[in-house]
Amino acid sequence: MSLTQEELVYLKNELKRQPNEVELSIVEAEWSEHCSYKSSKPLLKLLPTQGKRVLLGPGYDAGVLDVGDGYVVTVHIESHNHPSAVEPYGGAATGVGGVIRDILSIGTRPIAVLDALRFGNIEKDNHARWLFRHVVRGISDYGNCLGIPTVGGEVEFDPSFENYCLVDVASVGLGKKEDIITTVADEEDYVVLAGGSTGRDGIHGASFASKALEEENRSAVQIPDPFLEKLLIEATMDAVNAKCVKAVKDLGGGGLSCCLSETADKIGKGIEVDISKVRVREHGMTPRELMISESQERMLYVVDEAHLVQLFSILDKYEISYSVIGKVKDHGELVVRYNSDLVAKMPASLVANAPLANRTARKPAYIDELASAKKPTLPSDLGEILLKMLSNPTIASKRWIYQQYDHEVGVRTVVKPGYADASVLRLDNGKFLAVKLDGNSKHCYLDPYNGAMGCFAEACRNVIAVGAEPIGMVDHLQFGSPEDTEVFWTFTEALKGISDYGRALNIPCVGGKVSFYNEGSKGRIKPSPVIGVLGLIDNVSWIKTTMIREGDILIIVYKTKDEMGGSEYYEYIHSIVGGNVPKVNPANDNIVTQILLKLIRNGFVNSVHDCSKGGLAVALAEMCILSNVGAAVDTSKIPNECSRIDDLLFSESHSRFILSVESHKLGRVTDMLESNNITYGIMGKAQGNSIMFSKNGSVINVSVDKAEDAWVRMIEGVVEHG
Amino acid sequence: MKIGIIVFPGSNCDKDVHHVLRNVLHVDADFVWHKQDNLQGYDAIVLPGGFAYGDRLRAGVIAAFSPIMKEVRRLAGEGMPILGVCNGFQILVESGLLPGALMKNNSLKFVCRWTNITVESNRTPFTHTLKPKQQIRIPVANQEGRYYADPKTIETLENNNQIVFKYHDDDPNGSISAIAGISNEQGNVVGMMPHPERASESVLSPFGSDDAMLIFESLLDYLDEQR
Repeated sequence: MSLTQEELVYLKNELKRQPNEVELSIVEAEWSEHCSYKSSKPLLKLLPTQGKRVLLGPGYDAGVLDVGDGYVVTVHIESHNHPSAVEPYGGAATGVGGVIRDILSIGTRPIAVLDALRFGNIEKDNHARWLFRHVVRGISDYGNCLGIPTVGGEVEFDPSFENYCLVDVASVGLGKKEDIITTVADEEDYVVLAGGSTGRDGIHGASFASKALEEENRSAVQIPDPFLEKLLIEATMDAVNAKCVKAVKDLGGGGLSCCLSETADKIGKGIEVDISKVRVREHGMTPRELMISESQERMLYVVDEAHLVQLFSILDKYEISYSVIGKVKDHGELVVRYNSDLVAKMPASLVANAPLANRTARKPAYIDELASAKKPTLPSDLGEILLKMLSNPTIASKRWIYQQYDHEVGVRTVVKPGYADASVLRLDNGKFLAVKLDGNSKHCYLDPYNGAMGCFAEACRNVIAVGAEPIGMVDHLQFGSPEDTEVFWTFTEALKGISDYGRALNIPCVGGKVSFYNEGSKGRIKPSPVIGVLGLIDNVSWIKTTMIREGDILIIVYKTKDEMGGSEYYEYIHSIVGGNVPKVNPANDNIVTQILLKLIRNGFVNSVHDCSKGGLAVALAEMCILSNVGAAVDTSKIPNECSRIDDLLFSESHSRFILSVESHKLGRVTDMLESNNITYGIMGKAQGNSIMFSKNGSVINVSVDKAEDAWVRMIEGVVEHG
Repeated sequence: MKIGIIVFPGSNCDKDVHHVLRNVLHVDADFVWHKQDNLQGYDAIVLPGGFAYGDRLRAGVIAAFSPIMKEVRRLAGEGMPILGVCNGFQILVESGLLPGALMKNNSLKFVCRWTNITVESNRTPFTHTLKPKQQIRIPVANQEGRYYADPKTIETLENNNQIVFKYHDDDPNGSISAIAGISNEQGNVVGMMPHPERASESVLSPFGSDDAMLIFESLLDYLDEQR
C-alpha cells in the first residue's frame, strides 16, 4: 500500500464508503507520484506555458506547436529510470516505446527520438558500464525497428549515479493541424483496447517508480516488442488520417487505471468497462492485476458506432489484436466490471486528480559549504590537460552511441549527430526543426537555480548555433525523494531557474515530466533537470554546423568568467566538488542570442559552436577535430574576468559562442556586435594542423590528430575493451 | 512508367523511397501491401529497408513467404528490374532470388554511418549508366549486413559480374570481398545494404552530395530504353 493515511481518509470521504481492493489499487496507481504530480503540480504553475505557437501545452500527452502552413510539431519527454536501473535493455527500450505512443495519442507521426542518459563512472565502475552498454542497445534495438530516427541527445557521467541511471527519452512528432486528436467523445461511443495482450509484466510499475529503488523488482519492468509498436504506429496513423477515432490514449504508467480515468476525466464523461474482455497473455489474472498491469504496446481508442467497423478493418490490416472493452457514459464515473460483477465504481475526476501533497523545502547545508572552493595547483602541462579533458567520457565523442542508432531513417535528418550543436530535421512545409536536450547535474547540485537555468540557456544556445529560433521547451525534472525537505528545496530552486529563463526569453514550456525518488547506492542523485528546446529554421541556408575552414577568423562572443564550480575541469581533472557555478543573465542572453541569429541569417558567419562543458578550449578543439584543421589562438584576446589561464581555458561561463568568419566578412560581424554592445574578441585563426593557445609564449600546442584520438577513442575503448 | 514499393509489416524505409521517387525524381510510385498477389502495371519493384516482421527468426525470412513474393519471383524471372535495399536485400536473399546470406556485422552491433561504395558492375538496370569503379557516397544502417557466401559462390559471382557494389575503403559490415551489393545472374535483381534513398538529396548529405540519385536515374533511363 503506497497511499498515505491522509490520502486514504480523503478517498473514503469522497466515496462516502470504504474503497474495495480493486479500487484501492486503481487509486494507488493513479495517485502515485509518477502519475499524479501531487508534489510538483502547484510549483509547475510557475512555468510560462503561453506562446503564439502553442496549441496545446502541459497536461496533454504531448505539447503541440504551430509551425505554419497547416503543420504542427508535437513533443514530449519521459524517463524510464527505475526500470532501466534494474533491467537496462528492457527499461530503456520500453521508455522509447512509451514516449512515442504519447506523440501518437495527439494524432501526429513520431519523426524523431532524442535521449539524455546519465550513468556512474564508466571508466572505473563495471556496473555503470553494464548499464550504459545495455541502455544504448535497448534504445537502438527499439528505435531502429520502429523506423524513427534517434537524432540526438546528451550523456553525462557522474559518481552520484552509481548503481543507478537516468534514461530520458524525448520524441518529436509532425502532423497536420486539422488532424490533431481533440479527445472529445459522446455517450455510447466505444472504448477499444488494441495492441499487446495484458500480462503480469509491469505490475506496480508506477508505484515502483514512486519510491526509492530498494530492491531489484524485475517483474515491475515491462517487456518490449518494437514490432508491435511499429504496427500500432501505422494503424493509428491510418485511423487518424481516416478521421475515424475521437480519442487515442496510450497505456503507460498505471496501465488501464490511469488510461481510463485520465481519458474519462479529459472528455468530462464516464467510462464503463468490462475487463473480462481484455485479452490476456496468462491465465487467472485478477481484476486488480488487469487494471494495473503495465504491459507495453497497448493503445486505447474511443470511436463512435459509425466508425467502429472502419477502425476494426484498419487494425485487421496490421493483424493487431483488439477488443471492445466498454463504452463512454454520461455519468462521470469510472465503472469497472468483470463479466457481471461490479469490481470498481468511482468518479473519474476523483481518480484522475490526486489530492496534492504538501511538501516543505529546506536549503541543504552543503549548498553554502560548497559555494567556494580552494583553487587547484596550476598544472604544468595544459596540453596534456586538454587531451585528458577531451577523453573525459562526458565530453568525449558519442560516436559509439549514435552509430548504433539509425539516425537517418525518414530522410529528414539534415544535420546529423556529431556535426553541430543541435540536430536539424526537415519538415514537410519547407522549414526545418532544430532539437536538443541538455542537462548538467554537476552545476545543478551546487546551485540548482543557476544550474537549471544554465541547462535551459545551453539548450537554447545549441539550437541557435544551428540557425534556429527557439519556439518551445520541454523539461524533465529528476530528483530524489520529494519527502526529503532538502531535495524538495533543490526542486523548487531548479524550477524557478527554468521559469525565470523561459519568461525572460519568451520560450513557453509545452510539456514535461517530473521524476522523483531517484536514488542510487550513494543516496539521492544530484538534481538532474533535462531541458529540451525546439527551434525553427525558415531557410536551409541558415543552417550552420561546427565545421570550420582553414583561414577562417575565430571570434569568441561574450565574456569568460571565473565560474569554475561544477566544471568538468574541477570535477574530472582535480576531483574538486565546489565553487561558484556559472550564472546566466537572462536579459543579456536575450540580446546575445538575437544578434547571433541575425549574424547567422545574414550569412556573415561560416560556423558556430557554443561553449559549455569543458569550456572554450574543448569547444575549439571539437571544431578542429571535426574539420581536421588546426587553430591558433591568442588568449590575451579573449574577453575575460579570470585570474588564471586554466580558468580561462576551461571555465563553463554561459552565453559564449565561437564563430568562424571569412576574413572579408569580419567587418560586418564586428560592426553588428559592436553596435549592439556585445562583448567579443577576435581570438585567432583556423590554420595548420595543431590546436595552439598562446600568451606571450605557448600555453597549449596539441596536434589535431592527437586530440581526435583522445576524443574519439575513449568511450569505445572503455565499453568494448575496458 | 510506374514503380511499386512493397510494404511488409515492419518495413520502415518505404515512405523514404516513395519520397525520392515521387518528390525528387517525379516518377509515379505506389505502395503495394505484401498481402496483394499481383503486380500488374508496374515497371519496376523496390523492396525497401526496415524490420519486416521485426526481424524475427532471422532478418527477412518471414517476409520471404508473404503472398506478394510469389509474384515478385515470377516477375524476376521475366526480367523485371527489382531492387532490394537493406532489409529488402535480406528478403531477396531469403527468397532465394539472390545467393548468399547476410550475417551479423563483425562489430555485432547496428551501424549507421556514411561510407563510400564503388560500382563493380554496370550490367544491371540500376547501374547501367554508371562507370565501373565510380564512387558513391552513401550511408548504411543495419545490424545484419555482412554479406557471406561460400568461396565457390563468390567465384561465380565474380565470374558472372554479379558483384554490383563494394565498399571502397572501409567496410562497415565485414562482408566477404567487401561486398555491398550483388545481382542475380541475369542482372535484373539487385540487392544492396546501403540506402540510396538517403543519399539522393544534397541537403541530407554531410558532404552535400547526391551521388545515389544516379542509381535511381539509371533505372529510369533503363526503363525508358525498354519502351
